[in-house]
Amino acid sequence: MSIEALKDLAAHIEATHGDAVRASQIVVGELTLLAERDHIVPLLRFLRDDQQCNFETLIDICGVDYPERSDRFEVVYHLLSMRMNHRIRVRIRTDEETPVPSATVLWPAANWFEREAFDMYGIQFADHPDLRRILTDYGFEGYPLRKDFPLTGNYEVRYDDLEKRVVYEPVKLTQEYRNFDFLSPWEGMTSQIPGDEKAVSEEASE
Amino acid sequence: MADDGFKKYALGAARSGVEGGFVPRADDPFYNGLSDELADKGYFTAAADDLIAWARTGSLMWMTFGLACCAVEMMHAGNPRYDLERFGMAPRGSPRQSDVMIVAGTLTNKMAPALRKVYDQMPEPRYVISMGSCANGGGYYHYSYSVVRGCDRIVPVDIYVPGCPPTAEALVYGFLQLQKKIRREGSIER
Repeated sequence: MSIEALKDLAAHIEATHGDAVRASQIVVGELTLLAERDHIVPLLRFLRDDQQCNFETLIDICGVDYPERSDRFEVVYHLLSMRMNHRIRVRIRTDEETPVPSATVLWPAANWFEREAFDMYGIQFADHPDLRRILTDYGFEGYPLRKDFPLTGNYEVRYDDLEKRVVYEPVKLTQEYRNFDFLSPWEGMTSQIPGDEKAVSEEASE
Repeated sequence: MADDGFKKYALGAARSGVEGGFVPRADDPFYNGLSDELADKGYFTAAADDLIAWARTGSLMWMTFGLACCAVEMMHAGNPRYDLERFGMAPRGSPRQSDVMIVAGTLTNKMAPALRKVYDQMPEPRYVISMGSCANGGGYYHYSYSVVRGCDRIVPVDIYVPGCPPTAEALVYGFLQLQKKIRREGSIER
Protein backbone atom coordinates (compact mmCIF):
# COMPACT_ATOMS: atom_id res chain seq x y z
CA MET A 1 0.00 0.00 0.00
CA SER A 2 1.53 3.27 -1.10
CA ILE A 3 1.91 6.31 1.14
CA GLU A 4 -0.34 8.34 -1.21
CA ALA A 5 -3.16 5.84 -0.89
CA LEU A 6 -2.82 5.96 2.92
CA LYS A 7 -2.88 9.75 2.85
CA ASP A 8 -6.03 9.69 0.71
CA LEU A 9 -7.63 7.26 3.14
CA ALA A 10 -6.71 9.45 6.12
CA ALA A 11 -8.09 12.51 4.37
CA HIS A 12 -11.30 10.65 3.56
CA ILE A 13 -11.78 9.60 7.18
CA GLU A 14 -10.95 13.05 8.54
CA ALA A 15 -13.34 14.70 6.08
CA THR A 16 -16.28 12.59 7.22
CA HIS A 17 -15.40 12.16 10.93
CA GLY A 18 -13.42 15.29 11.74
CA ASP A 19 -14.84 15.51 15.27
CA ALA A 20 -13.74 11.96 16.15
CA VAL A 21 -10.22 12.09 14.74
CA ARG A 22 -7.79 14.30 16.62
CA ALA A 23 -4.81 13.63 14.35
CA SER A 24 -3.48 11.10 11.89
CA GLN A 25 0.05 10.04 11.18
CA ILE A 26 1.85 7.71 8.81
CA VAL A 27 4.91 6.05 10.30
CA VAL A 28 6.85 3.20 8.68
CA GLY A 29 4.18 2.93 6.00
CA GLU A 30 1.39 2.43 8.56
CA LEU A 31 -1.58 4.72 9.14
CA THR A 32 -2.47 5.61 12.72
CA LEU A 33 -5.45 7.66 13.84
CA LEU A 34 -5.51 9.41 17.20
CA ALA A 35 -9.20 9.44 18.05
CA GLU A 36 -11.56 10.81 20.69
CA ARG A 37 -12.65 8.30 23.29
CA ASP A 38 -16.33 9.24 23.28
CA HIS A 39 -16.63 8.99 19.49
CA ILE A 40 -14.83 5.68 19.10
CA VAL A 41 -17.82 3.44 18.36
CA PRO A 42 -19.28 5.61 15.55
CA LEU A 43 -15.77 5.98 14.12
CA LEU A 44 -15.13 2.23 14.20
CA ARG A 45 -18.55 1.59 12.69
CA PHE A 46 -17.73 3.99 9.87
CA LEU A 47 -14.37 2.28 9.33
CA ARG A 48 -16.11 -1.07 9.13
CA ASP A 49 -19.04 -0.12 6.89
CA ASP A 50 -17.72 2.62 4.60
CA GLN A 51 -17.06 1.49 1.04
CA GLN A 52 -13.60 3.03 0.88
CA CYS A 53 -12.49 1.77 4.31
CA ASN A 54 -14.14 -1.62 4.60
CA PHE A 55 -12.18 -2.69 7.69
CA GLU A 56 -14.21 -5.81 8.33
CA THR A 57 -11.69 -7.66 10.45
CA LEU A 58 -10.77 -6.70 13.98
CA ILE A 59 -7.21 -7.87 14.46
CA ASP A 60 -6.54 -6.76 18.01
CA ILE A 61 -7.49 -4.47 20.85
CA CYS A 62 -4.77 -3.81 23.37
CA GLY A 63 -3.78 -1.40 26.09
CA VAL A 64 -0.71 0.75 26.67
CA ASP A 65 0.36 2.33 29.95
CA TYR A 66 2.02 5.74 30.09
CA PRO A 67 2.24 6.36 33.86
CA GLU A 68 3.51 9.95 33.48
CA ARG A 69 0.33 11.12 31.73
CA SER A 70 -2.81 12.23 33.54
CA ASP A 71 -4.94 9.97 31.31
CA ARG A 72 -2.43 7.21 31.54
CA PHE A 73 -3.85 4.49 29.32
CA GLU A 74 -4.20 4.13 25.60
CA VAL A 75 -6.43 1.64 23.87
CA VAL A 76 -5.18 0.59 20.46
CA TYR A 77 -7.41 -0.97 17.80
CA HIS A 78 -5.88 -2.76 14.83
CA LEU A 79 -8.13 -3.29 11.84
CA LEU A 80 -7.68 -5.11 8.57
CA SER A 81 -9.59 -4.92 5.34
CA MET A 82 -9.23 -8.17 3.44
CA ARG A 83 -11.16 -6.73 0.52
CA MET A 84 -9.15 -3.53 0.13
CA ASN A 85 -5.87 -5.04 1.37
CA HIS A 86 -5.07 -2.32 3.86
CA ARG A 87 -4.69 -1.91 7.58
CA ILE A 88 -5.24 0.86 10.10
CA ARG A 89 -4.47 1.56 13.72
CA VAL A 90 -6.72 3.66 15.96
CA ARG A 91 -5.54 4.95 19.31
CA ILE A 92 -7.60 6.53 22.06
CA ARG A 93 -6.71 7.74 25.54
CA THR A 94 -8.37 7.01 28.83
CA ASP A 95 -7.59 6.96 32.56
CA GLU A 96 -8.17 4.47 35.36
CA GLU A 97 -11.82 5.36 35.96
CA THR A 98 -13.28 6.60 32.70
CA PRO A 99 -14.83 3.75 30.74
CA VAL A 100 -14.23 3.28 27.03
CA PRO A 101 -17.30 2.45 24.90
CA SER A 102 -17.17 -1.25 24.09
CA ALA A 103 -16.63 -2.40 20.51
CA THR A 104 -18.49 -5.67 21.07
CA VAL A 105 -21.53 -4.19 19.30
CA LEU A 106 -19.44 -4.07 16.11
CA TRP A 107 -17.26 -7.17 16.38
CA PRO A 108 -18.03 -10.07 18.75
CA ALA A 109 -14.28 -10.72 18.76
CA ALA A 110 -13.82 -7.53 20.76
CA ASN A 111 -15.31 -9.28 23.79
CA TRP A 112 -12.20 -11.22 24.83
CA PHE A 113 -9.75 -8.53 23.67
CA GLU A 114 -11.44 -6.03 25.96
CA ARG A 115 -11.52 -8.52 28.79
CA GLU A 116 -7.78 -8.97 28.33
CA ALA A 117 -7.15 -5.21 28.35
CA PHE A 118 -9.27 -4.98 31.48
CA ASP A 119 -7.40 -7.87 33.09
CA MET A 120 -3.93 -6.56 32.33
CA TYR A 121 -4.42 -2.78 32.75
CA GLY A 122 -7.72 -2.30 34.55
CA ILE A 123 -9.14 -0.32 31.65
CA GLN A 124 -12.92 -0.09 32.02
CA PHE A 125 -15.22 -0.74 29.08
CA ALA A 126 -18.78 0.53 29.09
CA ASP A 127 -21.61 -1.74 27.91
CA HIS A 128 -19.40 -4.80 27.79
CA PRO A 129 -21.58 -7.92 28.24
CA ASP A 130 -19.15 -9.82 30.50
CA LEU A 131 -16.28 -7.69 31.78
CA ARG A 132 -14.27 -9.94 34.09
CA ARG A 133 -10.71 -11.26 34.22
CA ILE A 134 -9.69 -13.66 31.49
CA LEU A 135 -6.03 -14.68 31.89
CA THR A 136 -4.80 -14.16 35.44
CA ASP A 137 -5.34 -16.47 38.39
CA TYR A 138 -8.70 -16.74 40.15
CA GLY A 139 -8.83 -14.06 42.82
CA PHE A 140 -5.85 -12.20 41.38
CA GLU A 141 -5.28 -8.70 42.74
CA GLY A 142 -3.84 -5.84 40.73
CA TYR A 143 -3.21 -5.28 37.04
CA PRO A 144 0.06 -6.94 36.00
CA LEU A 145 0.94 -4.96 32.88
CA ARG A 146 0.72 -1.60 34.61
CA LYS A 147 4.17 -0.07 34.97
CA ASP A 148 3.75 0.26 38.74
CA PHE A 149 2.98 -3.45 39.20
CA PRO A 150 5.93 -5.34 40.72
CA LEU A 151 7.48 -7.77 38.22
CA THR A 152 7.34 -10.74 40.57
CA GLY A 153 3.86 -9.95 41.83
CA ASN A 154 2.76 -10.22 45.44
CA TYR A 155 1.89 -13.87 45.95
CA GLU A 156 3.39 -17.23 45.10
CA VAL A 157 1.92 -20.71 45.44
CA ARG A 158 3.12 -23.81 47.24
CA TYR A 159 1.56 -27.16 48.12
CA ASP A 160 1.04 -27.43 51.86
CA ASP A 161 1.42 -30.98 53.14
CA LEU A 162 -0.51 -30.32 56.34
CA GLU A 163 -3.44 -28.54 54.76
CA LYS A 164 -3.37 -30.86 51.73
CA ARG A 165 -3.92 -28.06 49.29
CA VAL A 166 -2.10 -25.40 47.29
CA VAL A 167 -1.63 -22.29 49.44
CA TYR A 168 -0.80 -18.68 48.55
CA GLU A 169 2.04 -16.90 50.34
CA PRO A 170 3.86 -13.58 49.95
CA VAL A 171 6.69 -13.78 47.42
CA LYS A 172 10.07 -14.75 48.88
CA LEU A 173 12.95 -14.67 46.41
CA THR A 174 16.19 -16.46 47.21
CA GLN A 175 18.00 -14.29 44.69
CA GLU A 176 17.02 -10.79 43.65
CA TYR A 177 16.18 -10.08 40.03
CA ARG A 178 19.23 -8.88 38.15
CA ASN A 179 18.83 -6.62 35.16
CA PHE A 180 21.67 -7.09 32.72
CA ASP A 181 22.25 -4.00 30.62
CA PHE A 182 24.19 -5.12 27.60
CA LEU A 183 24.34 -1.64 26.07
CA SER A 184 27.42 -0.59 27.98
CA PRO A 185 28.41 3.09 27.64
CA TRP A 186 32.03 1.99 27.12
CA GLU A 187 31.06 0.18 23.98
CA GLY A 188 29.33 3.13 22.37
CA MET A 189 25.85 3.73 23.76
CA THR A 190 23.33 4.75 21.14
CA SER A 191 19.90 6.27 21.47
CA GLN A 192 18.79 3.84 18.79
CA ILE A 193 17.83 0.35 19.83
CA PRO A 194 19.36 -2.34 17.58
CA GLY A 195 16.86 -3.06 14.82
CA ASP A 196 15.52 0.49 14.63
CA GLU A 197 17.67 1.30 11.62
CA LYS A 198 15.61 -1.10 9.49
CA ALA A 199 12.44 0.87 10.14
CA VAL A 200 14.05 4.19 9.19
CA SER A 201 15.50 2.96 5.91
CA GLU A 202 12.17 1.43 4.97
CA GLU A 203 10.41 4.73 5.57
CA ALA A 204 12.98 6.65 3.55
CA SER A 205 12.65 4.33 0.60
CA GLU A 206 8.89 4.76 0.39
CA MET B 1 22.85 -67.15 -2.97
CA ALA B 2 20.88 -64.54 -1.08
CA ASP B 3 20.14 -67.12 1.59
CA ASP B 4 23.84 -67.83 1.89
CA GLY B 5 24.60 -64.17 2.41
CA PHE B 6 22.05 -63.93 5.18
CA LYS B 7 23.53 -66.94 6.99
CA LYS B 8 26.96 -65.38 6.82
CA TYR B 9 25.59 -62.13 8.25
CA ALA B 10 23.70 -63.86 11.04
CA LEU B 11 26.75 -65.90 11.98
CA GLY B 12 28.93 -62.80 12.08
CA ALA B 13 26.42 -60.97 14.21
CA ALA B 14 26.16 -63.88 16.61
CA ARG B 15 29.93 -63.92 17.08
CA SER B 16 30.09 -60.24 17.84
CA GLY B 17 27.27 -60.28 20.40
CA VAL B 18 24.29 -57.99 19.84
CA GLU B 19 25.97 -55.66 17.38
CA GLY B 20 24.17 -55.59 14.06
CA GLY B 21 20.82 -56.59 15.48
CA PHE B 22 19.50 -58.86 18.19
CA VAL B 23 20.62 -62.43 17.65
CA PRO B 24 19.83 -64.69 20.64
CA ARG B 25 22.70 -66.99 21.39
CA ALA B 26 21.74 -70.62 21.05
CA ASP B 27 23.68 -71.72 24.10
CA ASP B 28 23.04 -69.04 26.71
CA PRO B 29 23.19 -70.93 30.02
CA PHE B 30 20.75 -68.56 31.75
CA TYR B 31 18.01 -68.91 29.17
CA ASN B 32 18.72 -72.62 28.73
CA GLY B 33 18.25 -73.14 32.46
CA LEU B 34 15.06 -71.11 32.40
CA SER B 35 13.75 -73.07 29.45
CA ASP B 36 14.59 -76.40 31.10
CA GLU B 37 12.89 -75.34 34.30
CA LEU B 38 9.79 -74.33 32.40
CA ALA B 39 9.78 -77.60 30.45
CA ASP B 40 10.33 -79.64 33.63
CA LYS B 41 7.90 -78.06 36.07
CA GLY B 42 5.88 -75.60 34.03
CA TYR B 43 7.00 -72.66 36.19
CA PHE B 44 10.12 -71.00 37.47
CA THR B 45 10.90 -69.08 40.62
CA ALA B 46 12.27 -65.56 41.04
CA ALA B 47 12.55 -63.03 43.86
CA ALA B 48 9.25 -61.17 44.26
CA ASP B 49 10.75 -57.68 44.41
CA ASP B 50 12.79 -58.38 41.27
CA LEU B 51 9.60 -59.37 39.51
CA ILE B 52 7.78 -56.30 40.81
CA ALA B 53 10.63 -53.98 39.83
CA TRP B 54 10.65 -55.60 36.39
CA ALA B 55 6.92 -55.06 36.03
CA ARG B 56 7.14 -51.46 37.22
CA THR B 57 10.01 -50.48 34.97
CA GLY B 58 8.59 -52.27 31.98
CA SER B 59 5.25 -50.50 31.76
CA LEU B 60 5.68 -46.87 32.74
CA MET B 61 2.53 -45.35 31.33
CA TRP B 62 2.96 -41.60 31.34
CA MET B 63 0.35 -39.07 32.17
CA THR B 64 0.80 -36.29 29.66
CA PHE B 65 0.84 -32.89 31.29
CA GLY B 66 1.89 -30.82 28.29
CA LEU B 67 1.91 -27.17 29.27
CA ALA B 68 4.14 -25.50 26.68
CA CYS B 69 6.74 -26.13 23.99
CA CYS B 70 8.24 -29.05 25.98
CA ALA B 71 5.05 -30.92 25.14
CA VAL B 72 6.14 -31.02 21.50
CA GLU B 73 9.41 -32.73 22.45
CA MET B 74 7.41 -35.11 24.62
CA MET B 75 5.30 -35.98 21.56
CA HIS B 76 8.48 -36.61 19.59
CA ALA B 77 9.73 -38.97 22.29
CA GLY B 78 6.47 -40.89 22.11
CA ASN B 79 6.37 -41.12 18.33
CA PRO B 80 8.15 -43.71 16.16
CA ARG B 81 11.44 -41.88 15.75
CA TYR B 82 12.39 -42.09 19.43
CA ASP B 83 9.70 -44.63 20.20
CA LEU B 84 9.27 -44.74 23.96
CA GLU B 85 6.89 -47.59 23.37
CA ARG B 86 9.82 -49.97 22.87
CA PHE B 87 10.40 -49.57 26.64
CA GLY B 88 6.75 -50.34 27.28
CA MET B 89 5.91 -46.69 27.83
CA ALA B 90 2.81 -45.17 26.32
CA PRO B 91 0.86 -41.97 26.88
CA ARG B 92 -2.34 -42.29 28.87
CA GLY B 93 -5.00 -39.66 28.89
CA SER B 94 -6.21 -40.53 32.36
CA PRO B 95 -4.29 -40.08 35.62
CA ARG B 96 -6.04 -43.13 37.09
CA GLN B 97 -4.30 -45.41 34.62
CA SER B 98 -0.83 -43.86 34.60
CA ASP B 99 2.34 -44.46 36.59
CA VAL B 100 4.43 -41.43 35.81
CA MET B 101 3.54 -37.81 35.18
CA ILE B 102 5.67 -35.69 32.86
CA VAL B 103 5.33 -32.02 33.75
CA ALA B 104 6.27 -30.65 30.36
CA GLY B 105 6.33 -26.87 30.35
CA THR B 106 5.65 -23.71 32.32
CA LEU B 107 3.55 -24.32 35.40
CA THR B 108 1.51 -21.22 36.19
CA ASN B 109 -0.12 -20.28 39.48
CA LYS B 110 -3.52 -20.81 37.92
CA MET B 111 -2.61 -24.33 36.76
CA ALA B 112 -0.93 -25.39 40.02
CA PRO B 113 -4.05 -26.63 41.88
CA ALA B 114 -5.11 -28.56 38.76
CA LEU B 115 -1.68 -30.19 38.50
CA ARG B 116 -1.83 -31.24 42.15
CA LYS B 117 -5.34 -32.61 41.68
CA VAL B 118 -4.22 -34.73 38.74
CA TYR B 119 -1.21 -35.94 40.72
CA ASP B 120 -3.45 -36.89 43.65
CA GLN B 121 -5.64 -38.94 41.31
CA MET B 122 -2.75 -41.14 40.20
CA PRO B 123 -2.47 -44.53 41.90
CA GLU B 124 0.64 -45.52 43.87
CA PRO B 125 3.41 -46.11 43.01
CA ARG B 126 3.62 -42.87 41.06
CA TYR B 127 6.55 -40.96 39.73
CA VAL B 128 7.04 -37.44 38.41
CA ILE B 129 9.43 -36.32 35.69
CA SER B 130 9.97 -32.57 35.60
CA MET B 131 10.78 -31.69 32.01
CA GLY B 132 12.50 -28.45 30.99
CA SER B 133 13.81 -25.33 32.71
CA CYS B 134 10.38 -23.91 33.50
CA ALA B 135 9.18 -27.01 35.31
CA ASN B 136 12.54 -27.45 37.04
CA GLY B 137 12.82 -24.00 38.55
CA GLY B 138 10.74 -21.44 36.71
CA GLY B 139 13.39 -21.04 34.03
CA TYR B 140 12.92 -18.02 31.85
CA TYR B 141 9.84 -17.03 33.85
CA HIS B 142 11.47 -17.35 37.27
CA TYR B 143 10.71 -13.74 38.22
CA SER B 144 7.26 -13.67 36.68
CA TYR B 145 4.19 -12.80 38.75
CA SER B 146 2.22 -15.75 37.46
CA VAL B 147 4.63 -18.70 37.26
CA VAL B 148 5.45 -21.33 39.90
CA ARG B 149 9.20 -21.32 40.55
CA GLY B 150 9.64 -25.02 39.97
CA CYS B 151 6.95 -27.70 39.94
CA ASP B 152 8.62 -29.37 42.95
CA ARG B 153 6.80 -26.73 45.03
CA ILE B 154 3.58 -28.49 44.08
CA VAL B 155 4.46 -32.18 43.58
CA PRO B 156 7.45 -34.34 44.62
CA VAL B 157 9.74 -34.78 41.62
CA ASP B 158 11.80 -37.90 40.86
CA ILE B 159 13.72 -36.92 37.75
CA TYR B 160 14.64 -33.47 36.48
CA VAL B 161 15.33 -33.26 32.75
CA PRO B 162 17.24 -30.05 31.94
CA GLY B 163 16.93 -28.13 28.69
CA CYS B 164 14.82 -25.44 27.08
CA PRO B 165 13.20 -27.50 25.75
CA PRO B 166 15.08 -30.77 26.35
CA THR B 167 15.49 -32.87 23.24
CA ALA B 168 13.43 -36.01 22.87
CA GLU B 169 16.61 -38.02 23.52
CA ALA B 170 17.06 -36.19 26.81
CA LEU B 171 13.55 -37.16 27.85
CA VAL B 172 14.16 -40.78 26.85
CA TYR B 173 17.35 -40.66 28.92
CA GLY B 174 15.35 -39.26 31.82
CA PHE B 175 12.99 -42.23 31.51
CA LEU B 176 15.91 -44.65 31.57
CA GLN B 177 17.23 -42.90 34.69
CA LEU B 178 13.79 -43.30 36.26
CA GLN B 179 13.87 -47.02 35.48
CA LYS B 180 17.27 -47.20 37.13
CA LYS B 181 15.92 -45.41 40.16
CA ILE B 182 12.98 -47.80 40.45
CA ARG B 183 15.30 -50.79 40.20
CA ARG B 184 17.62 -49.36 42.81
CA GLU B 185 14.77 -48.66 45.22
CA GLY B 186 14.01 -52.39 45.31
CA SER B 187 11.09 -52.09 47.73
CA ILE B 188 7.42 -52.74 47.15
CA GLU B 189 6.29 -49.91 49.43
CA ARG B 190 7.14 -46.56 47.96
